[in-house]
Order: sequence, then structure tokens, then C-alpha cells
Amino acid sequence: MSSMLKKAAVVSIPTVRQALIRSNPVLANALLAKRSYNSKGGVEMTVRDALNSALEEEMIADEKVYLLGEEVGQYNGAYKVSKGLLDKFGPKRVIDTPITESGFCGLAVGSAFAGLKPVCEFMTWNFAMQAIDQIVNSAAKTHYMSGGNVDCPITFRGPNGAASGVAAQHSQCFAAWYGSVPGLKVVSPWNSEDAKGLLKAAIRDPNPVVVLENELMYGISFPMSEAALSKDFVVEIGKAKIEKEGSDITIVAHSRSVGFALEAAELLEKQGVCKAEVINLRSIRPLDIDTIIKSVKKTNRLVTVEGGWPQYGVGSEICAQIMESEAFDHLDAPVVRVTGADIPTPYAANLESFAFPDTEVIARVVQRTLNKKIGA
Amino acid sequence: MYSRISARALARVIPSQAVKASPALATSSRTFATSAMSLDAKKKERVKVHFPGALDSHFSQVLEIREKMEPIDTFRVMDTDGKVLDSSLEPKVTEEFATKIYKDMLTLNVMDLILYEAQRQGRISFYMTNAGEEAYIGSAAALDAEDEIFGQYREAGTLLYRGFTLDQFMNQCYSNDMDLGKGRQMPVHYGSKALHFQTISSPLATQLPQASGAAYAIKRSGRKNCVMCYFGEGAASEGDFHAALNIAATTSAPVIFFCRNNGFAISTPASEQYKGDGIASRGVGYGMHTIRVDGNDVWAVYKATQEARKIAVEQHKPVLIEAMTYRVGHHSTSDDSSAYRSKKEVEDWKRHDNPMVRMRKWLESKGWWDESRENAHKSTQRTAVLKAFAAAEKRKKPQVSEMFNDVYDKLTPNLLEQKKELEELIKKYPEHYDTSNYAKEN
Ligand SMILES: Cc1ncc(C[n+]2csc(CCOP(=O)(O)OP(=O)(O)O)c2C)c(N)n1
Ligand SMILES: [Mg+2]
Repeated sequence: MSSMLKKAAVVSIPTVRQALIRSNPVLANALLAKRSYNSKGGVEMTVRDALNSALEEEMIADEKVYLLGEEVGQYNGAYKVSKGLLDKFGPKRVIDTPITESGFCGLAVGSAFAGLKPVCEFMTWNFAMQAIDQIVNSAAKTHYMSGGNVDCPITFRGPNGAASGVAAQHSQCFAAWYGSVPGLKVVSPWNSEDAKGLLKAAIRDPNPVVVLENELMYGISFPMSEAALSKDFVVEIGKAKIEKEGSDITIVAHSRSVGFALEAAELLEKQGVCKAEVINLRSIRPLDIDTIIKSVKKTNRLVTVEGGWPQYGVGSEICAQIMESEAFDHLDAPVVRVTGADIPTPYAANLESFAFPDTEVIARVVQRTLNKKIGA
Repeated sequence: MYSRISARALARVIPSQAVKASPALATSSRTFATSAMSLDAKKKERVKVHFPGALDSHFSQVLEIREKMEPIDTFRVMDTDGKVLDSSLEPKVTEEFATKIYKDMLTLNVMDLILYEAQRQGRISFYMTNAGEEAYIGSAAALDAEDEIFGQYREAGTLLYRGFTLDQFMNQCYSNDMDLGKGRQMPVHYGSKALHFQTISSPLATQLPQASGAAYAIKRSGRKNCVMCYFGEGAASEGDFHAALNIAATTSAPVIFFCRNNGFAISTPASEQYKGDGIASRGVGYGMHTIRVDGNDVWAVYKATQEARKIAVEQHKPVLIEAMTYRVGHHSTSDDSSAYRSKKEVEDWKRHDNPMVRMRKWLESKGWWDESRENAHKSTQRTAVLKAFAAAEKRKKPQVSEMFNDVYDKLTPNLLEQKKELEELIKKYPEHYDTSNYAKEN
């Protein structure tokens, strides 16, 4: 149940960490060491560069695609995602706007109604709350309300979720917010392939798509397959990806949490505890529940992981849908959600890191879930 | 779209006798207007409209396409050398009052330098300086100590003026146990209930409509006070700015909206932030008393705020002040402004129109300041800031139990449960829960 996780995230982690350091210093060190997803050889790309190449490729492919937002042009973006695009495409295609999220977002929505394909960057998703009416009430609903006569092929993007040391108003996840809105598609990339493929798919999609990036992932390098380097590469919206196959338990995560889920799975496998299957959600809406159901029918256990708050969150939705599906009968233990703590994000670095799921807490919850039995 | 066509262009298509200039059109149509009728005759002829939406308008047979109004002048008292330009404007202030303002400006400078450096050394996580805009302290000097201040983030000087201590600044930047905000915000997000300074909030422009609301509350209470709301010209692009002005005007809220127009919003220059005559022109549009002032001139800022405050408090009306200035420092410690403006431009501003220099020269002309007082004040303040800084750095973090407080007025059941569990764990495993860095629980 969630209350346990809220606790886990806020309070009990030091015990886990310290217990681990005591009982298995080697593993603990491995865990606490710098994380790297790099494989030997092959092409690697940061998430930032993957997003940048997605923008560039789609802007080359379609004249109608343009980027706008605060500081996206001359400054190359607050997080340098749009680096070089102003030089390549000029001020008609890369537009620096005044500081008015409702203004530039509304402009973007209107230009989409008029046939353009805007990519509307929010400096962070926190600031998009100034413009949420345009996203939820206009972009998401106008196709429906106009009897299908008005299209809104728009991409909203920017960093989402907890950042680092920027306090509560700059550090929160909007997946559950936008994920609840009919008419929107919502994607949440984890690695560079996700970032490139999902952003390209979002830009090409005739519907409004919300792309929830993560600032802490921008600088991280991941291997890129040959296919992913192609300008034709897209990741289908609405399909989850099994990042690691397993047989004993399913861990579903999105965004930055996918990396922690994978580490936890690897750790537990090395320890001989279990073989966990890790599903990278990729899309928040539509939600690929079929992939999760299939996996749960195989593993009989499910843990969800996200950086957002527990109440009414992505994990809650997965739990509900599993409950309503045939997978319910296959569950050997109750589904458990690992989430961000149910509090405004702390500014203090130590509390901030306790407030969000990490490898250790996931590993612990997985272990607990393995030991549980329904009715027991 | 009519509004897109300049009056000049229109004159080419419409015979000139049809395009008569109204006096207000002066700037855009003076050159080609012809009028057979005398102004007096015209005035007599004018008939007021009855439309409820613009009761002061008159009917006219002249198609008026207005692009501009006369730009609003920038009020100043001193020139860039600190000389008072019109003797009737000579500030009637005491030595003590004038030197307090200047000393606070100097102290602000010293504090900014040290904290900026501290961030560079990784000792605090973030900082924002006030360099170039110090003269806004003149606005704080014109307020009553119980006027409520809503700031954006670059107004630490107003707090300094009100008596926020160096220790209090440092404690906030260090998030220690004496931080009034309990370490819950990034540096420079100060707040002080005692000094009537609302806690800084990161999302831009949200303080503006809130200031209107606080002013409404003051009006209801019958207090002879007003609200002072600071913001940047960049934040003035947000919808909240427009909402705030309109709601303040329609509710007759005693609030002063004080725009620090420092030419930049991070990298976006004012020239790309808006068209039209700055921020001030919008005040008139909302039916509001409006002043534009030289924001590098302490006495002009002081005088403007004094007058604005009178209107706000005595007439219960909002006032917009636009203070023209230049952001000399980087936007914040996350910014390097050489990426979008030349170092020379910044140096030129520092040299040719420096609010510190202007005030200092004025004080010197009065015989109230000199080199030795300057050096003495700087050095004592440097020592004081460094002392407060070192003390804040050494202080403990807030009490462990504070991490549970203030999400709501009372702890929720889950937080209560967690708090209890943590207390038990700390008691049981003191060796694993080193709380020596945290303030003692009381
Ligand atoms: C709603 C919102 N959008 C964007 C930001 C990011 N941001 C912080 S400060 C700033 C520039 C503000 O410029 P201005 O209002 O002119 O104030 P100045 O920094 O010049 O004092 C921006 C864009 C924010 N904090 N909130
Ligand atoms: Mg500014």
C-alpha cells in the first residue's frame, strides 16, 4: 500500500542504506557508484543531443514545424536542448518569445489550428501552469468540440519532474495531471532512443502531445542503435518497452525511474533474489496496459515506480487497470507503488534525495513484494 | 487589420482632408494633418458617446488609427553626476536619512559580492545580485514600515532598509536553523512577517495579483497603508501582470506596482520583450496613475514613490511606477551574460550612469560623505558580512522534526505516523542517525 511507500521514500531509506553498507559493503559501493548505461563501442548520445537531433530532423523534414519558447533561440535554450537551431533555421523557425507562457502557448495552439506544427518549449513544466488552460481546454478539446473540423498538431515539451536543489515550485511531476486529459497524448522518455523517437513521433502526430522530459537526464549518454540514428526513426506513442526480461516480478517505471528500476533488477539478479522484468512505460497516455497485463500474467507480481506523488498518480492508474483486468487473477501479491513522497519537494539536498525513488528503495520493495502472498 | 496600417500609409489612400489629426494623434500624424476647422470650433461640436464601455469618448468623423501616444517622460532629480537639475526638487531630507539610504546601497553591494563569490565556491547553491539597480532602495525609503512588500527576487535592498539583518540574509542563504523559511527555499527567497515582506515565490508575476489582494485586505481593514509590489519588465509580459493591474484598478486597491525595467529578462532584451512605450504606457491603459522614473536616481525614485504612496493610501487607488535602470550583473549564478551582451556595454553603464556614484556625489556635495567615510563603511560592512557569513555557515540545520511541518496547519495522519517512527528509530539507533548537525529539538 502507498502509505508504506510514502514512508519508505521519506523516512526509512537511511536505514536501508546503512543496513546495506553494513551487510554488503561491496554491493553497496557498486550501488552508490556513478551510474552509467554506456555499452562498449557503438554510438552514444546524450538525451539532450537526441532531443536536439529529433528537432533538427523534423524541422528539416517539414517546413511547418517550428520551435518557440523562452530563450530557445539566441540562448540555445535554458538547458541547451535547442542548441544551434536558430543558426540553422533562422528566426522564422526558432522564435524567442517574451515571458508569457499563456501568450506563446496560446500562439502555438492557434498556429496549430491554422495548420502549422509548433513545438512549444516550456522552460520547465512548472511554468506551463501559467498556460494550462491552453493545453487542457483548447489544445486537447478543440478537435472534438469543432466536430473534427479543427486539428491541433502541436508538441508541448520541456523538463518535468524533480530537478536538483531548486525547491518545491520547480520540482514536481505532471504526468498524472496531463495523463488524465482525454484529447492529449503524453509521453515520458527515459533514455536517448526514447527521447529522439518519442519527440519525433510527437511532432509527426496530428494530435496534441505532451512530452515530459527530465532535466537530470539531459546530460546522460546512452547507446544509440543504428536504427535510432536514422532520420526515419520514431518510437510509437502508446507502446511500452520491455527493457529487461524477467520471470519473477514486473517493475513498471517511466522517465528517470526506469534507470533505477533496471539497476534494482540487476542487483537483485546478481544477489540471486529474483529475475525481474522491467517495463519502460514510454507513454503515459495512451497507457500500454496490454504489455503490463501480459507481463503480470507471466510474473504474477507487480511494482510500479514513478517520481510523481502517490495520490491519483500513474501507479494508481496502473493498479486500477490491473485490478479491472484478467491479470488480477494472476496476482500472487498485492501491487505496490513506489512513488515520490507525498510532500512538496524539499530544498535540502538530503531530504530531496529521500523524497524520490532510487535503486535501493525499489530493490527493497521488490524483495518485500516477493515475500508477500495474497491472503497471507 | 486597421491597426496594422500606420496613419502615414493611410494618408496615401485617403484624401488628406478626410484625415484630420486629433491632438492625441500628435506623434504619428502631425506631419500630414490638415484641418480647416479651429480647435475650439471642433471642441464645441463634439458629442459624447453613450456607450457604457467608454463614457469619456466623443463621436468623431475622423477615422482615428492610433499607433502611439506621446512617450511618457522619465522623471529625474539628479543628473548622472549627482547634481540636482531643478533646485525646487532638492530633496528636503536629513543627513541621517540620506546617508542611511546610501549606506544600505553600499552594504547591499558588499553582501552581493561576497555571496556571489560564495556560490562560485560552491558554498551556497544559488544567488542573484542587485548591481546597477541599487537606487530602488529609494522606493523603500518612501514607504511606511508597515506597508506590505511583495517582491520578485532582486529587491533584497528593501529588506535591508527595513532592518533585515545580515545574519538573517546569511541564514536564509545557508538554510540553517535560524532561516525564517526553515530551509525550504533556494537562496534569495527571503521573507519576513515582522518586516511586512511577503516570502519570495519562484513562478514569475504571481505576486502581482496577490499584491492587489493584499491591498484589498488593507483597504477593508481601514489601515492607512498600501502594498508595494516589485517586478521586472520581463515578468510584466505574463498574463498575471495584466490581470493584476485590471483587478487593482477595478477594486480601487491601494497598491503600488513598481517595475524594475532593467533592460533584460535573463537573455531577452527589453526590445524583444514588448513593443510600445515601456511598461508605463500600460498603466494609463488600465486607468491607473502612472509614473516613469529614472531608476538610477535615488531621489527621483524616492519622490515618485512618495507621491504614488499618497495616491494609494489617501485615494485608495493603484499606481504604476516604471523605474528605468540597467542590470549590471548576470541574471543569476546560473547565467553568463557575456553570451548575449558585450562586456563593454556593461562597463559603459557602470561608468556613465551608476546609481551609486550619483548618490555618492550628491552626498559629497552636501558635505555628508567623503572618501574616508566611504572606505570606513565598506570595510566595516565587509567585516560584518563576512562575520555573519561565517556564523551562518557554522550553524546547524533546522530541527529534524521540521521536515514534517507546515504542509498543512496540522500534521496529517501519515506524517504523524512517519514522525513517530523516525523519532523511535533515532532513539533506538543513535549510531546510525547522527543528528548532531541539526538543531536540538525543543
Ligand atoms: C512563470 C515563470 N516563467 C519563467 C520563469 C523563469 N525565469 C526566472 S527569472 C526570469 C526572467 C525575469 O526577468 P525580469 O522580470 O525582467 O526580472 P529581472 O531578472 O530582470 O530582475 C525567467 C524567465 C519563472 N521563474 N516563472
Ligand atoms: Mg528585467
